Amino acid sequence: MELTTRPVALITRARLQRGIAAQWREWGELAIQSLLFFAAMISVFTTIGIVIVLLVEALPFFQQVSLVEFLTDTQWTPLFAQKHFGIAPLLAGTLLTSAVALALAIPVGLLSAIYLSEYAPARVRAIIKPILEILAGIPTVVYGYFALLFVTPLLKRVIPNLETFNALSAGLTMGIMIIPLVSSLSEDALYAVPNSLREAAYALGATRLEVALRVAVPAALSGIVASFILAASRAIGETMIVAIAAGQRPILTLDPRRAIETMTAYIVQVSLGDTPHGTLEFRTIFAVGLVLFLFTLALNMIAIRIIQRYREVYR
Amino acid sequence: MEEIILEAQNLTVYYDGRPAIEEVNLRIPRRRITAIIGPSGCGKSTLLRCFNRMNDLIPSARVEGKVLFEGVNIYTPDVDVVEVRRRIGMVFQKPNPFPKSIYENVAFGPRIHGVRDRRKLDEIVERCLRAAALWDEVKDKLHQNALTLSGGQQQRLCIARALATEPEVLLMDEPASSLDPIATMKIEDLMRELTREYTIVIVTHNMQQAARVSDYTVFMLAGEERVGRLIEFGPTQQIFTRPRDRRTEDYITGRFG
Repeated sequence: MELTTRPVALITRARLQRGIAAQWREWGELAIQSLLFFAAMISVFTTIGIVIVLLVEALPFFQQVSLVEFLTDTQWTPLFAQKHFGIAPLLAGTLLTSAVALALAIPVGLLSAIYLSEYAPARVRAIIKPILEILAGIPTVVYGYFALLFVTPLLKRVIPNLETFNALSAGLTMGIMIIPLVSSLSEDALYAVPNSLREAAYALGATRLEVALRVAVPAALSGIVASFILAASRAIGETMIVAIAAGQRPILTLDPRRAIETMTAYIVQVSLGDTPHGTLEFRTIFAVGLVLFLFTLALNMIAIRIIQRYREVYR
Repeated sequence: MEEIILEAQNLTVYYDGRPAIEEVNLRIPRRRITAIIGPSGCGKSTLLRCFNRMNDLIPSARVEGKVLFEGVNIYTPDVDVVEVRRRIGMVFQKPNPFPKSIYENVAFGPRIHGVRDRRKLDEIVERCLRAAALWDEVKDKLHQNALTLSGGQQQRLCIARALATEPEVLLMDEPASSLDPIATMKIEDLMRELTREYTIVIVTHNMQQAARVSDYTVFMLAGEERVGRLIEFGPTQQIFTRPRDRRTEDYITGRFG
């Protein structure tokens, strides 16, 4: 059989030709596409820029101070006559306040997520969830003063030799700030667990608690763990609360009653102080910033990996 | 004369105050397969879920009347719902294995009912997987995630999981509706096998399936006001060959639904 194209009327053929309107349309499409691409690239370029600045400024620092000294010296006194460049006290300060924060935020956040997802009637959930999210919207500087002027005096009544600036108060307040992050992300993960699994467990004679702890939580585990890791990343990077309430004394201690200094608080102290730019003292903040950046980057990458894995489970 | 294991007396279920099924009276014989058929929305699943009090989980649902299990009304306040559900197992429309290993799926029921001994659990898992005709296919991968199994295997795993609490009754809510014909056939063969020990109540909208596997058939229908009622109950053969009610005959012969 022979196939031929049906002869087309000239007018139809003419309509198929690209005219001015079509060309304008194509230009418009291109312009929009470029604009959107540019918008998306802004954050990418900013991130690259930050990494470059950190590296460029930290490199001269490490030419003067050896990496071994930086990692093994137990004192951090770059602003004093007797200079020591050991990151350990700042690292300990950060880990201490973060540990206190997570010790509060993880259990409270997870329990409230379990309550909201597995126990709360729809009406209660509709009230509590927005309140928790308001907690996340309070500026951290407010939390900082809350820690210094409310939490610390309160704790002093219970713990007699608590210093005015201390890791405990800052850590606990930071924990309160992080609760909504943990509860909200964990609750999302729990809520995504299909109801058919809960029904299956109930039909086997499981109680509500058994359904929550043996079915819902394990099924949502990777999402829950991801929320913990993001919380840790948030605690390590948090600046305002620790700068205001935890002190500015870089001592190597794990005693939460004492004043300490975190990596973030040190960066604030130097940036706002009168240390001349371009000096070794000033460059310390880029070295510290680099460590901070690597920490949070690693944690966020782990969290992303875990979340991706958990998305695949129910496909 | 058949021995009765489950009995519904004047059973009415309300959702948000509106009746979904009304005045259902039904006696289910022991170690037989009873099929509940009827068009969509006639309350088949609602009726089924009364037998293990799954309607308790729906806050807006209210149940009136009685469900007697071995002569005891399971809707009286002194009845332990956990024990009711242990002795009356359920298999759902879509296979819903837990995202755990094959082994842990079957061991879940015994574990929550207090079995700790590893050897005893091993024994239960093997027995139930054999009873569900799945053992030979999974015995070398008991610790693999259950979600790696095919749909038909997952549904047989769900049956094994339900058997592990040593129930007397298995409620099945359209257990083969999401499966292909071969997997469906396996489930049906399995059901015949299980009636040696268990009583099965199956909801299905597949009339051929009801005719193939069941000993007794219940026909339900919802009228204009969308309230499900029991129209006819009897031996499957009689329901499908000499129905007493005009509406049953119309449904069987495909005149509506």
